[in-house]
Amino acid sequence: MKVIIMGCGRVGAMLAWMLDREGHEVTVMDIDPNAFRFLPPDFKGIPIVGNGIDEDDLRRAGIEEADAFVAATRGDNRNVMACQIAKHIYGVPKVVCRIFDPIREDLYRRLGLVTISPTVISAKLFKEALEQ
Amino acid sequence: MYIIIVGGGKVGYYLARTLINEGHEVLVIEQNPQKCERIADELGTVVLRGDGCEASTLAEAGASRADMLIAVTGDDEDNLVACQVAKVRFKVPRTIARINNPKNERIFKRLGIDVTVSATNVILEHIEHEVPTHPLTRLLELRDLGLEIIEVRIPPTSPVVGKRLADVKLPSPSVLAAVISRGRGALIPNADTVFQANDEVLAVVSPEVEAEFRRVLTGA
Repeated sequence: MKVIIMGCGRVGAMLAWMLDREGHEVTVMDIDPNAFRFLPPDFKGIPIVGNGIDEDDLRRAGIEEADAFVAATRGDNRNVMACQIAKHIYGVPKVVCRIFDPIREDLYRRLGLVTISPTVISAKLFKEALEQ
Repeated sequence: MYIIIVGGGKVGYYLARTLINEGHEVLVIEQNPQKCERIADELGTVVLRGDGCEASTLAEAGASRADMLIAVTGDDEDNLVACQVAKVRFKVPRTIARINNPKNERIFKRLGIDVTVSATNVILEHIEHEVPTHPLTRLLELRDLGLEIIEVRIPPTSPVVGKRLADVKLPSPSVLAAVISRGRGALIPNADTVFQANDEVLAVVSPEVEAEFRRVLTGA
């Protein structure tokens, strides 16, 4: 599978590393070249300095041939916009979007995006841990 | 009309001031407290501090009774989300987004934003209009109807110079609305109108035939 990950923070880098280890073709994008320090030295994927809401940068990352696109930057709106470009403009088959704000997550899930809200997930985990 | 403006920077401020003077009910949503204070000082209680992309802020702003939402922050992604939340969740009938990167214009339209305004493109269009070497200017897009109004300047080298309109085969659908000529002033053309060098032709065309239309009139 050819995967593009937008945002090379802790989550993006770890996902990139996990997919790379399983033999997937991984491209990681970040606007900050320093972000790639999160990637392990044996990472075989391609790091690209670029903006995931800029069509030229997305094409440079290979969006036209991608099988999957993940948006994991800190900005909800940036993630939402990048995922909509990937899904609706380039027809990427699998698109997953990180959205911290639960209300916005609900809205975009209803609009057809596959969404993950770390806020909801961690609140649930905290609650479970407290109840054990 | 009740109009919500997301973003209280320079564009938002002047937009709010103008719309208030025109008698509209206006609310500006802005996150920065200094900007909020400045707007409140100068325009009165027309500002709400908060994130205009957040549904709770828009609910507080009474977005469900708004006739229009205009997102004019400096970040395209924020303008996109503010318009989409307004449209989908609050059924705001008309949404307008400011676009900073002109490449996003096409994307926003595909994603359902009613109107986009790109300062960069507006300036580029003015340059096209002022620079006579550019033979075609798009004056107005009638997007919902699939038509646009364009202006073509006929160069002296064009094969249509000296020809009657009836003898020029223009692509369909296209209609000549006016010919502005140095010698003859502005005229509504008929079959016998003869094209002269440097005439400016205003026409209504469908976007698919625009290139062919230009080729016929300019010979390039």
